[in-house]
Amino acid sequence: MAQRGAGDGLALRVIAPVMRVVEIPMIGLQRVLGINRLAWVFLLPNLLLFGLFAFLPVILNVAYATTGGANVLLEARPQIGLDNFERLLDCANHLDPNTCREDKFWRAVWNTLWFVTLQVGIMVGFSLLTAIVLNGKIRARGFFRSVFFFPVLLSPVVVALIWKWMLQRNGVLNAFLDWAGIGGYNWLVDANWAFAWSVFLSVWAHMGFYTLILLAGLQAIPRDVYEAATMDRASPWRVFRRITLPLLAPTMLVVLVLALIKGVQTFDEVYAFTGGGPGTATTFIIQYIYEEGFAGSPRLFGLSAAASLLVAAVLVVLTLVQLWVNRKNVNG
Amino acid sequence: MTFKAKTTTALAALIALGAGAASAQEIRFMCYSDGNECEVYDDVLTRFEADNPGVDVVVDVVPYQAILENLPVQLAAGSGPDMAKVTDLGGLAPYYLDLAPHVDRDYWEASFGDTLAWYRGAEGGDAINGMHSQLTITGAFVNATLFEQAGVEVPGSDATWEDWAEASRAVAEATQTPFPMAIDRTGHRFAGPAISYGAAIVAEDGTPTLSDEGFAAFTAQFVEWNNDGTMARDVWAGQGGATYQDAAQEFINGELVFYYSGSWQVGRMDEQVGDLFDWQVVGSPCGPAGACSGMPGGAGIVGFNATEHPEIVAAVIDFLAQEDIYAEVTARTRNLPAHLGVAEAGVEFEGASPAAAAALSAFAADLSDVAPSAFRYQGYANNRAMFGITAERVSQAIVGELSVEEAVARMATDLEAALADTQ
Amino acid sequence: MARPWDFLTATRGGARLHWTDWASYGYLCLGVFLMFFPVVWLVLSSFKTEADLQRYPPTFLPYEQQTVTVAGHDEPLPLFRITGGEHEGMILAQLRRVGLQAQMIDPADPEERLSVAISDYERLERFTLATENYAELFGRFDFLLYFWNSTFITVMATLIMLLTNSMAAFALSKYQFRGRTAVLLLVIGTLMIPQTVVLVPLFLIVSELGMFNSLWGVIIPGAATPTGVFLLRQYMLTIPDEILDAARMDKASEWKIYWRIILPLSAPAIAVLAILAIMWRWNDFLWPLIVLTQSENFTLQLALNSFQGELQTQWSSLLAMTVLTLLPIALVFMFLQKYIATGIASTGGK
Repeated sequence: MAQRGAGDGLALRVIAPVMRVVEIPMIGLQRVLGINRLAWVFLLPNLLLFGLFAFLPVILNVAYATTGGANVLLEARPQIGLDNFERLLDCANHLDPNTCREDKFWRAVWNTLWFVTLQVGIMVGFSLLTAIVLNGKIRARGFFRSVFFFPVLLSPVVVALIWKWMLQRNGVLNAFLDWAGIGGYNWLVDANWAFAWSVFLSVWAHMGFYTLILLAGLQAIPRDVYEAATMDRASPWRVFRRITLPLLAPTMLVVLVLALIKGVQTFDEVYAFTGGGPGTATTFIIQYIYEEGFAGSPRLFGLSAAASLLVAAVLVVLTLVQLWVNRKNVNG
Repeated sequence: MTFKAKTTTALAALIALGAGAASAQEIRFMCYSDGNECEVYDDVLTRFEADNPGVDVVVDVVPYQAILENLPVQLAAGSGPDMAKVTDLGGLAPYYLDLAPHVDRDYWEASFGDTLAWYRGAEGGDAINGMHSQLTITGAFVNATLFEQAGVEVPGSDATWEDWAEASRAVAEATQTPFPMAIDRTGHRFAGPAISYGAAIVAEDGTPTLSDEGFAAFTAQFVEWNNDGTMARDVWAGQGGATYQDAAQEFINGELVFYYSGSWQVGRMDEQVGDLFDWQVVGSPCGPAGACSGMPGGAGIVGFNATEHPEIVAAVIDFLAQEDIYAEVTARTRNLPAHLGVAEAGVEFEGASPAAAAALSAFAADLSDVAPSAFRYQGYANNRAMFGITAERVSQAIVGELSVEEAVARMATDLEAALADTQ
Repeated sequence: MARPWDFLTATRGGARLHWTDWASYGYLCLGVFLMFFPVVWLVLSSFKTEADLQRYPPTFLPYEQQTVTVAGHDEPLPLFRITGGEHEGMILAQLRRVGLQAQMIDPADPEERLSVAISDYERLERFTLATENYAELFGRFDFLLYFWNSTFITVMATLIMLLTNSMAAFALSKYQFRGRTAVLLLVIGTLMIPQTVVLVPLFLIVSELGMFNSLWGVIIPGAATPTGVFLLRQYMLTIPDEILDAARMDKASEWKIYWRIILPLSAPAIAVLAILAIMWRWNDFLWPLIVLTQSENFTLQLALNSFQGELQTQWSSLLAMTVLTLLPIALVFMFLQKYIATGIASTGGK
């Protein structure tokens, strides 16, 4: 199955003795606990890490969300019940952020909603197209595959810097447009363009990851299914609709769930790219949370924690809806 | 895990510092640089270390972001450094080490005078909490060559903002320069002209406001200038949140006629403009109210009360505050001195060109025009919050998300909420 | 191996390069351009001097102004070729520029000052790499120490993450036990909370555990990433249970099944996760900035950013710094990219 190179052999020589030593207590545990309860032993290290560094912070965040003031230490913060949530949700008209007490929160919410819709749609579309093309009879496939993956490796700050450098007023894109006679444009000062470029940048940086997953999914589709279709002389589009898409559905589900969650959490790259501007045009929900709770002054840990819980709740609901809708689709 | 962690840390420390790491009296100095400040401190502090065997002052150079965003959280959790160079002078006051028991109060009060109050925060009192290491003042740089080329006379020292706007527009038009004017994107720079337009900002009794008539007047004027092309729109409209953005690059490239920034830019202008054009400092223009105020500012060195070695920290800061050392550091870093003795004696700026020296003196001379409310604002404990609110809301008004009236109203409620939350 | 596209083109009988192939290659080449050009542009730009960076329109390669040293002037003077006016064709050195006019001298005859309109000359320049952008960075700090810190953090965090995540994924994919769904939901639940929103509680926990200002304060919390468990579990589900049952018949212990069967069979997914983990930890900035405040513990990212002052940023050093942090990642990518290419793809179908 997996082809092993010389490097794997070396790694194995280092790892094997360690694994053998660990095996001794594990066999003992297996005798005492039985096979299925041994699962908890396998889970333990990870659960320990998660418990301390992922769950506990969230639980602390719940505690922060019900307190006020600007003190960092939980024990020194006054209890204010659900005031933070009320403050966030207090709006005359939720569609118009100007009528909200926390107008920035609602601007961020609507921006994020728009962003996620566009970004996830465009990114998954292009990832699928790229995966299908890469899955075809292509020379130098390995090269092309890794090319699309390359930007995934760049840090968000670097991604932002690269495109800022490309798009600045005296940047190379404007130079090209000037040369082509179209004329340059001050992209990041225009709210709509800044938003569009943020979507582009985010698709650019992440689509390689999803292409990879979709490609693996495509290659898992058994060949004989297509052969059957050949017999029926089905059109390519029909093959795509009737065979590829349905069989790819489980992979698509993973991709959509991950893309949606990551899309809502978009922060670093756009923050380094536009700072959330112009005005608040590219301020997304995580930036709001970060600025209220960490970067701003005064630091409203309570308000920020409350907002983060609201986001998590929405994400949980969205994910469940996605899973539910898809379950129906796959079965039907 | 903990054991391992300690050994690796110690190991890393050993690699970094050789034998010095194990020193019993290690002082951690968290520093950030706008130019060469930390290097110079590190250098002069080796003299302190030579005089005080067994003391090791480690200068940790960090990004400014770490000072601004992380240091306050670390201090609150009790894990801060021993001393640091900070800019949120009043906001961190609860954590400062009072140097008074360890230093000569008379010398400090005579040398640093009013700036000592900036470090006392909301509490007031008479503690000696920090040494103002670099004084800055906001003011305008103009491209004199462009004026000459356009045949427009450079407005005099009592010219108003409107005079300057008109002149800059005329120059930009005549010379096809893209931007007539720009102001750095921060509430701090905005405050100078706002005060000149009659904003109280921090009243004599300490009440803050960001929504009085004067403040609204300059906001309206500034938004209008951004929309009619007088101000470089990139600066305020190209960013979000409270992000800082300057326009120095545009000025250096000769794309900007009038640039409102501050004294810390002198070194950079001197270095990078070269002979591309002549530039000069014209201080702060006046407002219709008659005031011609800039904003004072700067950074200072403070000790923290959680330190294990308060006497040593105090001794280090006191060492830096001595007139000869302070004068040397000021000269080498090309800053304006806050030390009154040093200021009076005058500073020979090291390696500065005539243009830079003239610029620094122009800034120093402009200090007398600074309004009392500007000094109060600089010393006000919540000024960071107010800077942020200004940058955010004014930008929204510029890009059209809010009208000027709405922006001013939002600034009022934001400030109210911020004050309520910090109580 | 299944290739739908093969099939699609095969139906068209015989023709070697169908329009769909042209379209595919066209699309891929556009992809290469879009993915690489910005990075190449960044790298080239990082070798430009600050003055060259501000030129418009920009040049593709870095150039430097040619200069000449003339007696009577301390600094070397920039050279220009005169393209119009009375001095056309001459190569003159510029004394200074005043607005639209430049005062120039002929290096051969430095006494006489000539006045030239700036529209009548062009810079004389040659290709030069501005390596001083990099030299300046290296001069500022102890590169080897920070490189070591970054590498240590990256390697340890990746190993810990791979081990714990693969163990957990094994348990979640191959065992039936009470509470499995609950654990799985919790794991997916942590996906919903990015680190950015729990910075303050996380910082307090790490401080309490005595990991503040220690490399482990970056390593351990970094290893608690749900994405790995999620990806590995999805992959392990595709490994047939019969293999495990056969091994159990041979009296292999569960631990042995884990490391001798599951781990090797999951190698492609683990390779991808390893690449991601290396990249995450290497690129980390926000969290190390909070945990590490003493310079001997700094990572490369922190050290390179340490001269970011309150008031000034310069493109030249910023670009050089970015290229420096990008370089190791690019190397890792070159070595591991065969796993990206062959790993997932060749095993995914089986």
